[in-house]
Amino acid sequence: MKELLLISVGAALVNNVVLSQFLGLCPFLGVSKKIKTASGMGAAVIFVITIASAVTSLIYDTLLARFDLDYLKTIVFILVIAALVQLVEMIIKKISPALYAALGVYLPLITTNCAVLGVALTNVQNSYGLLTSTVNGFATAVGFAISIVILAGIRERMEHSDIPKAFQGMPIVLIAAGLMAIAFNGFSGLQIGG
Amino acid sequence: MKQGLKQFWNGLIKENPTFVLMLGMCPTLATTTSAKNAVGMGLTTTVVLVLSNILISLLRKVIPNKVRIPAFIVVIASFVTMVEFLLKAYLPGLNKSLGIYIPLIVVNCIILGRAEAFAYKNPVLLSMFDGLGMGLGFTLGLTSIGVFRELLGAGEIFGIRVMPASYEPLAIFVMAPGAFFVLALLTALQNKFKAPSATNGTAKAETLVCGGNCAGCSGRECAANHALLSQKKEQLLAEEAARKAALVKAAAEKKAAAAKTAENRVETADAINAKVAEAKAKPDNKEEN
Repeated sequence: MKELLLISVGAALVNNVVLSQFLGLCPFLGVSKKIKTASGMGAAVIFVITIASAVTSLIYDTLLARFDLDYLKTIVFILVIAALVQLVEMIIKKISPALYAALGVYLPLITTNCAVLGVALTNVQNSYGLLTSTVNGFATAVGFAISIVILAGIRERMEHSDIPKAFQGMPIVLIAAGLMAIAFNGFSGLQIGG
Repeated sequence: MKQGLKQFWNGLIKENPTFVLMLGMCPTLATTTSAKNAVGMGLTTTVVLVLSNILISLLRKVIPNKVRIPAFIVVIASFVTMVEFLLKAYLPGLNKSLGIYIPLIVVNCIILGRAEAFAYKNPVLLSMFDGLGMGLGFTLGLTSIGVFRELLGAGEIFGIRVMPASYEPLAIFVMAPGAFFVLALLTALQNKFKAPSATNGTAKAETLVCGGNCAGCSGRECAANHALLSQKKEQLLAEEAARKAALVKAAAEKKAAAAKTAENRVETADAINAKVAEAKAKPDNKEEN
């Protein structure tokens, strides 16, 4: 239990997926204009990454590792993730149209998001089991959701500020992200349970 | 051959993936902590890009249109796996320092983007040159960012000390936040000098898919960005032409105006002379009265 907690805090805050590993930068910069859309994106990412970590971990343990097919993991994972996102999209559409309306638009954007593949590969690299992988995936995605919502909040506040002309648009967003990265660096001094 | 060279130049400079198209931002930020890592990442991506461009171009008549994206992904993922094994065997140090970013080349938008936008529609040799140009352009972009960050963050270039001993390295530049700041500075300079880039200009961030930074979107969206960028370039060119035309017109008008004033001057001189003559004539009239 303690180990799981450590892994979650590490994945969500200390090694934040966007701010220290630079994975999933594209939705982070592209879909962070409003808090509402950012939280929708965050929720969709949590959903997809958690499921994808569980499924890829299961496939790796039961098929790839058992039959010595470790070298196929990149190809298998990317295809599994792409298929999975499509499947999830179809299932949500059928079961809960309300949820689909909230998350559906973001799902295709995540299909080949490098954060999803990145988490799946990290799980294998650290030889996490099914439960640990799922928890790690969930925590990583929560870290993503936290940072994208915070960035959206900052961008909403910046909307009407007097920004030098050359820094308008992407540069100021990148600077905000950089300052957030400095703040998240503070977590690397964190010690749990000493 | 000539066309191939043109395509090569296009990828290396004119549509440089890092500076102009703003593609593959994940590896750009993550692996430029030192110049050496940046070169390693750039060259690895180049190898994958050239090979996948060649194979996809060879198979372009075989791959059905509907399943092309999954087909591209399988081709790219296979080459990435091969390159990963080669790195593990021959350059274990580089493989270790690039770590997870090597398998993540699969989702690098440049490769999928070039497959979709170029290799799927063009012959083999041309596609190879395109891959080589784009790949080396990416390497150039990564290396220059890497050199800049390493110089400020550690006072070194390729691990060789170049700054004087009194230079206190700004360690933040080799850490994660520094990557964001360097990119912010770069895009700000592009805004300032109006360099064509996917992150500035008239198109709103939302219309550029992934805010112009498609690090992990599928190739279709990359191609959309590409089209948008070329549209913007045309617009810029048209504006430039309009400005020049306006300048020429203004110059012509000025000339005409100058000529007119000269004419006017002559006219006024005539008028004055007439008035003087009139005035001279008037006293006579008065005397007569």
